[in-house]
Amino acid sequence: MPNKQDNQEDILKNATQEQYKWGFTTDVATELITKGLSEEVVKIISQKKNEPEWLLEFRLKAYRHWLTLEHPQWAHLDIPDIDFNDIIYYAAPQQKASLESLDEVDPELLKTFEKLGIPLDEQKMLTGVAVDVVVDSVSVKTTFKKSLLELGIIFSSFSEAVHEYPELIKKYLGSVVPYTDNFYAALNCAVFSDGSFCYIPKGVKCPMELSTYFRINASGTGQFERTLIVAEEGASVSYLEGCTAPQRDENQLHAAIVEIIVEKNAKVKYSTVQNWYPGDENGVGGVYNFVTKRGICKGENAHLSWTQVETGSAVTWKYPSCILKGDNSVGEFYSVALTKGMQQADTGTKMIHIGKNTKSRIVSKGISASRSQNTYRGLVKITKNAEGSRNFSQCDSLLIGDKCGAHTFPYIDSQNQSAVVEHEATTSKISDDQLFYCNQRGIPTEDAVGLIVNGYAKEVLVNLPMEFAMEAQKLLTLSLEGSVG
Amino acid sequence: MLKINNLHARVEEKEILKGINLTVNAGEVHAIMGPNGSGKSTLSSVLAGNEKFIVTEGSVEFEGQNLLEQSIEKRAAMGLFLGFQYPVEIPGVSMANFLRMAVNSQRKTQGLEPIKAGEFLKMMREKAEIVELGDKLMGRAVNEGFSGGEKKRNEIFQMAMLQPKLAVLDETDSGLDVDALRIVATGVQKLRRPDNATIVITHYQRLLDYIIPDFVHVLYDGKIIHSGTKELALEIEEKGYDWIINK
Repeated sequence: MPNKQDNQEDILKNATQEQYKWGFTTDVATELITKGLSEEVVKIISQKKNEPEWLLEFRLKAYRHWLTLEHPQWAHLDIPDIDFNDIIYYAAPQQKASLESLDEVDPELLKTFEKLGIPLDEQKMLTGVAVDVVVDSVSVKTTFKKSLLELGIIFSSFSEAVHEYPELIKKYLGSVVPYTDNFYAALNCAVFSDGSFCYIPKGVKCPMELSTYFRINASGTGQFERTLIVAEEGASVSYLEGCTAPQRDENQLHAAIVEIIVEKNAKVKYSTVQNWYPGDENGVGGVYNFVTKRGICKGENAHLSWTQVETGSAVTWKYPSCILKGDNSVGEFYSVALTKGMQQADTGTKMIHIGKNTKSRIVSKGISASRSQNTYRGLVKITKNAEGSRNFSQCDSLLIGDKCGAHTFPYIDSQNQSAVVEHEATTSKISDDQLFYCNQRGIPTEDAVGLIVNGYAKEVLVNLPMEFAMEAQKLLTLSLEGSVG
Repeated sequence: MLKINNLHARVEEKEILKGINLTVNAGEVHAIMGPNGSGKSTLSSVLAGNEKFIVTEGSVEFEGQNLLEQSIEKRAAMGLFLGFQYPVEIPGVSMANFLRMAVNSQRKTQGLEPIKAGEFLKMMREKAEIVELGDKLMGRAVNEGFSGGEKKRNEIFQMAMLQPKLAVLDETDSGLDVDALRIVATGVQKLRRPDNATIVITHYQRLLDYIIPDFVHVLYDGKIIHSGTKELALEIEEKGYDWIINK
């Protein structure tokens, strides 16, 4: 009979040899600016984008504020010092300023996206998904723009929106995440390059999924994008975000901001499948992912739902949050965070209850394998006037092997007697009995682990749009391939 | 079909099986009885390949191959099925999903194409009837929230789906009320064919009212100390084990 110890080592070895499928680079002419960060660099970025004066002012204010801040230390993360002067803050695949047709996109880039399974040809697209594609610092293509505009829906790159809809951008930029919010938010506000802007007018239900696909390609660069979504009264939209990056020995920085405004009776559903390069099994390389995501339910009965599947990045620091200002508004956070190798994740949410009878629900499923560290950190805050508010939180951790860590830091701050806050937490392991049971039915261990993990994460995965749920399931299985003995 | 020869096995440092000899042919039903701690469940675990148990001596031949050299999942694909005494829960994984993966994994090992979705669903519906389990079962997570009786019926249902050559049923009757016992036992009886075989491990004669064994063996202290036909089970029911042990 095979010795169990050998077996485990074999399987672990396979795990570490599992290739990151999305790790290739694309050879396109890229325009880069020089390394480092200064007022000069901020001005250059603004100039490259031909920005109006008010936006440059916004950037400079943010930059000056950033200089006064220290790198945050409170997270349960071990992050080596980042030299912010060793990063290139702007990289753009060279192309014409504005694209009239697909023929004008660099064929190498088109190939890249085909390889990633994201065809940019609208004819070939999955029906029902419009895509904005951001490579390094710029948006290269937005599909279905025209047909959406006929419904009054604006879906465009952030840079274009600055020129075409300056009043909207001025009104909402920084309104949910101010530049003073935190270290990485300030940095992003100073140097952000592109991202997506999405506006759903009053009463319009967006007929297709909107999605942004982020790709880091150039070496030595950071990606700093912004997403801004506005749903006017009674509007609704489902939004998706996907990300990958080449496999490199260096660490790359990704610091994004997502702001969402949900008006009365409107509904926004935001889903992320985050698969940045996680580094190798010894923790060499990988993306540092520092992201501030926040939405506000401004009006009555507004509804904001975050769903995230986090499998990538060497370090993840991310807390998609909801400010529940409108009475009866609802916030949701569904998360699966999987770490393996030397990955570290500190992720969770904040639910800020301000309006009366506001409700929030948190379902967090952490999965840690190998030597990784996985932390849930969440805040449920019930303010004085949030009469009759409710929260339910469930934080589960699944451990695979005995060298990983799972941590839970739930903070609850309730200032209203009538509020009900519930918190449940569990920690479990994939048991030998479960594996034996699956094996005995003919299921090999690796498939069994995938099956068990997907079962564990099901409550979250069901919240993803159909085709992405399938992708996410595959991704979870693939990410864990062989990380169990 | 199965030939166990002088099988010794231990868990940690404790020797539990001390020289088992047993031959099972196609079409036969063997009952293994014996007092607690005699090694009955260990025998089924060792046959299935549970790595907690170390085989120290002896051999097991199954369908002409050395069984002990095969991985757990390979043994399953070769046609060995274990009905668990304590079926395991897998939260969030539907029975349909679990069984489709099991069937397709086995088919893959056997060099067959995956089963078609329609065919699979039809098969699930048919087989569920054998143990009187309704359609509801398919969407439920594997053994999660199942009653004791449902868990055991679910084991027989899986046996029906996987159509093994040799089924080893470990204390399938424990903890069952009369009705559940009848359903489980008649289910097993319905699955009996000339080309398959069953080993029933049990404490009690009552299961053998429904599943009529061709042979009854008494396992004690890691060895089969006595074998006979179905009358032996009745005799044990009446007189206990002492008269055999003290012989």
